[in-house]
Amino acid sequence: MDRPLGLLAELTYRCPLHCPYCSNPVAVADSAELALPEWLRVLEQARELGVLQLHLSGGEPLARPDLTPLVAAARGLGLYVNLVTSGVGLDEPRASELAQAGLDHVQLSFQDADRAAADETAGARVFGHKMAAAAAIKALGLPLTINVVLHRANIGRIEAIADLAATLGADRLELAHTQYYGWALLNRSALLPTREQVRAAEQAVAQARTVHGDTLEIVYVVADYYEPYPKPCMHGWGRRHIIIAPDGRALPCPAAAQIVGLGIDNVRDRSLGEIWQHSAAFTRFRGERWMSEPCRNCPRRTIDFGGCRCQAFALTGDAARADPVCQLSPDRHLIDAALHSAGLPHSPLRLRSNPRVI
Amino acid sequence: MTAALSPTDRPRLRRGVRTGTDPLSDRSILLFPEGILFLNETAAAVIHHCDGNRTVADVVHAIGAVYDGVACEDVMSLVQDLLGQRLMVVDRG
Repeated sequence: MDRPLGLLAELTYRCPLHCPYCSNPVAVADSAELALPEWLRVLEQARELGVLQLHLSGGEPLARPDLTPLVAAARGLGLYVNLVTSGVGLDEPRASELAQAGLDHVQLSFQDADRAAADETAGARVFGHKMAAAAAIKALGLPLTINVVLHRANIGRIEAIADLAATLGADRLELAHTQYYGWALLNRSALLPTREQVRAAEQAVAQARTVHGDTLEIVYVVADYYEPYPKPCMHGWGRRHIIIAPDGRALPCPAAAQIVGLGIDNVRDRSLGEIWQHSAAFTRFRGERWMSEPCRNCPRRTIDFGGCRCQAFALTGDAARADPVCQLSPDRHLIDAALHSAGLPHSPLRLRSNPRVI
Repeated sequence: MTAALSPTDRPRLRRGVRTGTDPLSDRSILLFPEGILFLNETAAAVIHHCDGNRTVADVVHAIGAVYDGVACEDVMSLVQDLLGQRLMVVDRG
């Protein structure tokens, strides 16, 4: 068994934004968020297991008033600490406090380069807050990655987005196509770009890389629906990463909670070490024994690990099938049918509604 | 893009990249936003000396004094590799 390298801590599902492609669950059960002492115990156990990187996410992690002591403790344990944020609430004093606590890196989301379009996607007037957050991060000398989720409405503005990231002094720009889970799957017909848009986007990325050269690293995460083979999801199930949901459930992937009957354990009940080794949720799709054809004898199984279990479940109802994105999958027609409707009239976007605060 | 590395260049880790220790093996590692690199002893020593003040030539000299058989090309090739992976930058002039 491999050792985990990364821990994604979803500190809360609360968020001031309502992005229609949010990866959080569509329905969130009412259960209390882990308290600071519980998170500190999880971090210590994670370090003992060999975890090297901590990603603080949500929802909006800044909604937690105890974020600074959490960052300080993580850094004290030697973890590389990355904050994944909308920027809402990241004013200069808060950013300074987090930097002093040892925060290593900030990933700041932008919805678009165009203010009105960005605020429409976010379902809130937050563009100005994000600009201010970026300035606060840069003023402190913290490394900054701008994250943008690509979809039909913003994919035509990649060059403007890259210009914005450069203007803000970002070190990296991550342009990631929407992944269709949760809210994004509900809104797929409105979000899915056309093949022509995807082609134009690839050219725009190449152009932006030429323009910005060494000053801005541009990471482009492809649209898996338009690929012939699936993504190597999580670098293999239960192989590199642990995700902790706000209520303490330990998952091998942020979307795994949707898989019915997975046997999810909670860090309130078992240690992280026991969970990593024995939890049914982690062992179910670890390695290759769960595979059937066409994955079982496929030479690509060591490259993409059969693709994404959550995507297989969401589209076929069976998490043990090959990722339907794969051209060798008997379910590829499900993807092709979705692609066929890309660009056609669609139902209006359903903006993410936010959970009750407990 | 990046010009060929010169002995007078002063390399340093890029912002957001730092060294650390793997708690399981005690090996030196490089940590950065989306990844981890496990380092051998010589690579860790080279990176330690790449502080933005020393030139590549200085680093070669310092490493050569401690580790026998480490050639200038070895140091250059490691730094070039880290530049290519965008984990290091160089200051010039």
